[in-house]
Amino acid sequence: MTRPRLATLAIIVVALGVIAFALSGALLNLMIFMMIIALAAQGWNILGGYAGLSSFGHAAFFGAGAYAMAVLQTRFGVNAWVALVIGIALGALVGAFIGFLSFRSGLKGSYFALITLAFAEVARIVANSTNFTGGAAGILLKLQNGLPYLQFADRRYFLLIALGFVAIGLVVSWWLEHSRFGAYLVALRENEQAAQALGVDVFAVKMKAIAISGALTAAAGCLYAQNYLFIDANVAFGSWISIEALFAAIVGGSGTVLGPLIGAIVLLGLGELTKGLSHGIPGMDLMVFGVILVLSVAFSPNGLVMLMKSLGLRAPAKEREA
Amino acid sequence: MRRHPKSLSRRTVLKSGVALTSMLAAPGLLRAEPAPVKVGLLQPISGAFALDGDLAKIGAEFAVKEINEAGGIKALGGAKLELIVGDSRSNAEAGAQATEELQSAGVAAVLGGFASGIALTATQTASRYDLPFVVDCAVADTITERGLKNTFRFNPNFSMATAVALKNLVKLNDDAGKPIKTVAIVHEDGLFGSGLAKIMQEKLPPLGFQIVETIAHPTPARDMTNVVLRLRALNPDLIVPSHYFNEFVLMARTLQQQRVRPKGIYAVFGGAASSYRFVNEFPEAAQGVMDCNHWGDPKSPITAKLRETVTAAGKFYAYNTPINYSLVKVFAQAVEKAGSADRAKIIEALAANEFDSGIMPYGKTKFDAKGQNASALPLNTQVQGKDIKVIYPAEYAEAKPVFPING
Amino acid sequence: MYSPQIVVEALLNGLMLGAIYALIALGLTLIYGVLHIVNFAHGALLTVAMFMVWLACAQYGMDPYLAILFVAPVMFALGYVLQRFIIGPASHGKDNGILLVTLGLSIIIENALLAAFQSDTRTITSDYSFRVVEIGPLLLSFPRVVGFGVTIATTLLLWLVLHQTDIGKAIRAVAKEKLGASLVGISVPHVYAMTFAIGCACLAVAAGLLMPSFYVSPKTGAAFVLVAFTIVVLGGMGSIPGALIGGLLIGVVEAASSLFLGDSLGQIGIFLIFIVTLLVRPTGLFGARA
Repeated sequence: MTRPRLATLAIIVVALGVIAFALSGALLNLMIFMMIIALAAQGWNILGGYAGLSSFGHAAFFGAGAYAMAVLQTRFGVNAWVALVIGIALGALVGAFIGFLSFRSGLKGSYFALITLAFAEVARIVANSTNFTGGAAGILLKLQNGLPYLQFADRRYFLLIALGFVAIGLVVSWWLEHSRFGAYLVALRENEQAAQALGVDVFAVKMKAIAISGALTAAAGCLYAQNYLFIDANVAFGSWISIEALFAAIVGGSGTVLGPLIGAIVLLGLGELTKGLSHGIPGMDLMVFGVILVLSVAFSPNGLVMLMKSLGLRAPAKEREA
Repeated sequence: MRRHPKSLSRRTVLKSGVALTSMLAAPGLLRAEPAPVKVGLLQPISGAFALDGDLAKIGAEFAVKEINEAGGIKALGGAKLELIVGDSRSNAEAGAQATEELQSAGVAAVLGGFASGIALTATQTASRYDLPFVVDCAVADTITERGLKNTFRFNPNFSMATAVALKNLVKLNDDAGKPIKTVAIVHEDGLFGSGLAKIMQEKLPPLGFQIVETIAHPTPARDMTNVVLRLRALNPDLIVPSHYFNEFVLMARTLQQQRVRPKGIYAVFGGAASSYRFVNEFPEAAQGVMDCNHWGDPKSPITAKLRETVTAAGKFYAYNTPINYSLVKVFAQAVEKAGSADRAKIIEALAANEFDSGIMPYGKTKFDAKGQNASALPLNTQVQGKDIKVIYPAEYAEAKPVFPING
Repeated sequence: MYSPQIVVEALLNGLMLGAIYALIALGLTLIYGVLHIVNFAHGALLTVAMFMVWLACAQYGMDPYLAILFVAPVMFALGYVLQRFIIGPASHGKDNGILLVTLGLSIIIENALLAAFQSDTRTITSDYSFRVVEIGPLLLSFPRVVGFGVTIATTLLLWLVLHQTDIGKAIRAVAKEKLGASLVGISVPHVYAMTFAIGCACLAVAAGLLMPSFYVSPKTGAAFVLVAFTIVVLGGMGSIPGALIGGLLIGVVEAASSLFLGDSLGQIGIFLIFIVTLLVRPTGLFGARA
């Protein structure tokens, strides 16, 4: 497994920032969406990649963030930045709640994946039928530009903020790879019993992981709400985001620092590129997208990061047994 | 690089040949042709609503062709309209992205949107560029209540449509000697169904109708038997359903199977209630179903032509086609009045003028201060025999309502 | 309150609908029990089977129940090919790989169907569609009654296949001890593919039972996937009798909760059962030790 240096990460972030300032219109919009998905995927990667606990329900966290952002601002007049912080905290809390129940029962593998899915679905149905969350009509945020509102007439600033969050996600992942906590996570992914025997408090480690994971994905939800200014239950808690998050992380390389970011850029970029292929036949483009996806799994089973490495595109920094 | 004289001359000949043919084909175009006016159509070409997007596209294309064949935009020296279709993929993010792409393609305006969630984000995206956006059948009232200067809506919104639906329901009931006393509302639990149920729950009781039950169900629904069993137990005089096509079909079939025969089924924006596919495939279950929905003027000769075009493409006609046909017509008039393809001028023209409403039964389209077409109204239809007939209002009616349907 | 007649009718209907859910879950649980994968393409494959039944009925005038006899072998073959030549090799036997490949396949299938058939809703009208079985005052939908009977028969048949035939024994051997089975000369990829194929054939039966009273569009299968997962978990992942009992139970719960809570919130009932089962008894009603 490659461990990029902090300097490399800094260069990547700065490069993306420079690119951001050259963008406008459709590309800018696309890149903002890419960053939101990348952030959601980074959250997924902490739990699914490093700790080996694949979730099918990260929509629960994404939705928690998005709804916190929307409800706090529209119902309670809370400042956008404060709402953002609360939204992220709520994501961590929801993570802790789901984690507490499932880890106490010792769920892992498919069982854990399915229970997260069920939690996200319950959240979706509740949000869709409760007046507090705007019910089925969803919530429309007010359009008002300015720094205090976390909305910008020049959307490049919003992109920079999203990029900032992605940078935090990168640093968190980098820290995982260099800390004792991260080592515990990987240890329990590889062999939980052995980790336990060595005195690792497995439950506490998992709880921390799901809280961090939930917080990052919730941040993505907050940014989504703030960027599109409209959410409803199917957007915020829909299975689409659970799938996007895990797709991006796994395609890019699960359990790697750069995997989720690369996965998100490649997948969404590919989605846009294939758009032109439909030739008036609906579905053609997404079909091609699916084929490329399957091929990419077939030919780079460990994710694009690993594929790049094996093709010698990146100088390997440090080696570690995967 | 050394030029090859022979190939050069051949190219020249070819070129002049092309020029000659185009001259022969269109003798009026000897002068340089004015730049075409690009108009964006945002519709769900793929995804869950692909069928609607498809029908909308047929209507818009038909109008563009008609306008171009009649000499294009006269105020711009006969400039042709060029339709650029953006695929919203039936979801809001892709709708915003497609709007950005239409903006990059340099369109003078965007038409369409189709679903409320998509229209909300897409109009907001367009507002960043002061790009005029005329929404079609997305019904959420909020679309025109955000103070966006660029946003207009051609079709009636929720409140307008339900007001008409209720008014006509009262008339229908009164004319038949008030056979309806009890009503059951069945709705899908999304923005559209829930919103409608809420309004109905508020407004029906003061009009003298007793609501015996309001039943929500998810989309997609796997089964309607439980809903229908409840209806059978309650035995309401009238069922007011609002859901999408599939659930409507399931419910109507199950009603027939379970022998539930209310005095009437009165849908508002009913998914299948005014669908020719439904009538064609389940004539018995569809019989007598009434709907209050977007509907083109049945008496216009163009309606017949659009229907032919849609049928020839192997599809079933629905309201998306006449609406988007008419949208393009309204846009073309706005450009004529603006005398320019400049966005600000088009917005100004849209806000200030009255327009012919194409083949929608709106009389003169006039956008109010919020951008809502104040003249927009839905029509009441009823499935009669193998056809869908307009029953209200009188000026568009093709047939008298058959009511109550089951004695 | 509802009259007892309505309640009985609703519960019976739930039981019969649950049988069809069970049939869909049967393939899923079998695949899970042997391959240990969660097949995310299951819903899309159900849609494929439903389109095949629709084609047979609408284009060739076949009886929907008779069509099962033609569609099942085709689905069987399709399932075999998919697992043997696509899912197996492309996923490299990794969980994440399988997840992505089956998800990718479902995207491909859904959109291929969209390209081929557009997003129109297709229905068939057969003599059965509106027929009812009258038991006293109860009106039971004829297609549902047939569905119930055929599901029980299919489950028995599947159980017999697994316990009485060579391939069944091989499948059970691989499910229990993959390495051991391969050591005694069983071709694991072949057994995997056969299992997947049987799962797909079950979908063909479910499709034939659904079509007389349901509809198909490229996204139809998705409506049944989550409920099938719930059944698999409730019954115990990999358990055939578990899937049947789980399916019937979920059908009844769904009917009861939609009668008393409404169809919309009633769905929560299903997920709560799902969550509680996982938390309290993750092995499900009939599952072996996790």
